[in-house]
Amino acid sequence: MTVPLALLGLLERESSHGYDLKRDYDTYFGRGKPLPAGQVYSTLGRLARDGKVEVGETGPGSGPDRKRYVITELGVTQVETWLTEPVAGEPHLQTVLFTKVVLAVLLERDPRVYLDIQRAAHMERMRELTELRRTGSTIDTLLADHGVFHLEADLRWMDQTVARLAALTAEVRS
Amino acid sequence: MTSDEAFLLQARDAVLSFGQTPALQGANLSARAGEILAVTGPSGSGKSTLLHCLAGILVPDSGEIWFDGRRIDTQGEPERSTLRRDRFGFVFQFGQLVPELTAEENVALPLLLAKSRRASALAEARSWFGRLGLDGLEGRRSGELSGGQAQRVALARALVSRPTVLFADEPTGSLDSLTGEHVMDLLVASAREEGTTVVLVTHEPRVAAFANREVIVRDGKVTPLFVERLTS
Repeated sequence: MTVPLALLGLLERESSHGYDLKRDYDTYFGRGKPLPAGQVYSTLGRLARDGKVEVGETGPGSGPDRKRYVITELGVTQVETWLTEPVAGEPHLQTVLFTKVVLAVLLERDPRVYLDIQRAAHMERMRELTELRRTGSTIDTLLADHGVFHLEADLRWMDQTVARLAALTAEVRS
Repeated sequence: MTSDEAFLLQARDAVLSFGQTPALQGANLSARAGEILAVTGPSGSGKSTLLHCLAGILVPDSGEIWFDGRRIDTQGEPERSTLRRDRFGFVFQFGQLVPELTAEENVALPLLLAKSRRASALAEARSWFGRLGLDGLEGRRSGELSGGQAQRVALARALVSRPTVLFADEPTGSLDSLTGEHVMDLLVASAREEGTTVVLVTHEPRVAAFANREVIVRDGKVTPLFVERLTS
């Protein structure tokens, strides 16, 4: 969902050819995961179909990369709305952690095994992000901050869960 | 038992009670030279007590503490005091600067206590102010420093005598997130530059992530992580 809005945001800055748009996206948001060119053009096609962009002047030559894309009023409004709306929390990881812990208790296995393994994995990722925060650009640091704080929330949940295991075990097995 | 030369610092089956309250119940921990080791765990788990034993501030009721090939828990207080002064540096949650002294006098204190000449101790102290972003604050007293500045002065004081081991107990505990991160950046950078071994006690995962490795203290014992057991 963020790719179309990120592309729209880039087009609000200035109209652009698909190729230049992909280059800008990869520079600002790619972070080691470049956007496939096909996805750029299919996304632009959908945005044009929905009236959020329109095709401006077409340069010499042929092919989709010669088209210049311009954001419409509708596109500008959508970017504005998106930027001012809070993002919903990411529930999937929490669900996985929770399900594994409860299942381990139900199956009479020690959930601390899983929690310690998960904790070690989280800490390893946190160390990587911490090093990135220490040495990276401000853009890298902001992205790493986000990752670190989310990992921290999970780690605090794991600590709390270890502290609550006796109560959880009694409740689940009763 | 003898020294384990693979490690600079070790606690072996350390047991210590305060009255009827057990604080350490057979804690084992080993740190290699140059390693930054985080000691984490819930409040009251014994992690600060373990740090105090490793640093020769407290002596365990039983068990052994080894540093640089020597057993230190059997040494008398004067010998351990000398060891702390000459080989160890300390940073605590609240900088614990001497309020009557200026920032540079606080930093110079370990050198002055080690009988350095005042002029050279102050010159050495001043050299740390630039490294830690404290330029211009040399003449201020602790009451005239922000929390982050005071903690950086405390860090300079801990590092000025170039200790072999830096013991840091919740060094960012009194600071906001960004200031704490800055202090940890400086602590890690300085320790790496100097090759200092760091024992970092913290209950915050974000602070522990600055270390190379983490051990967890639970109920007075260093919990062997299941993941280590599974892979060993």
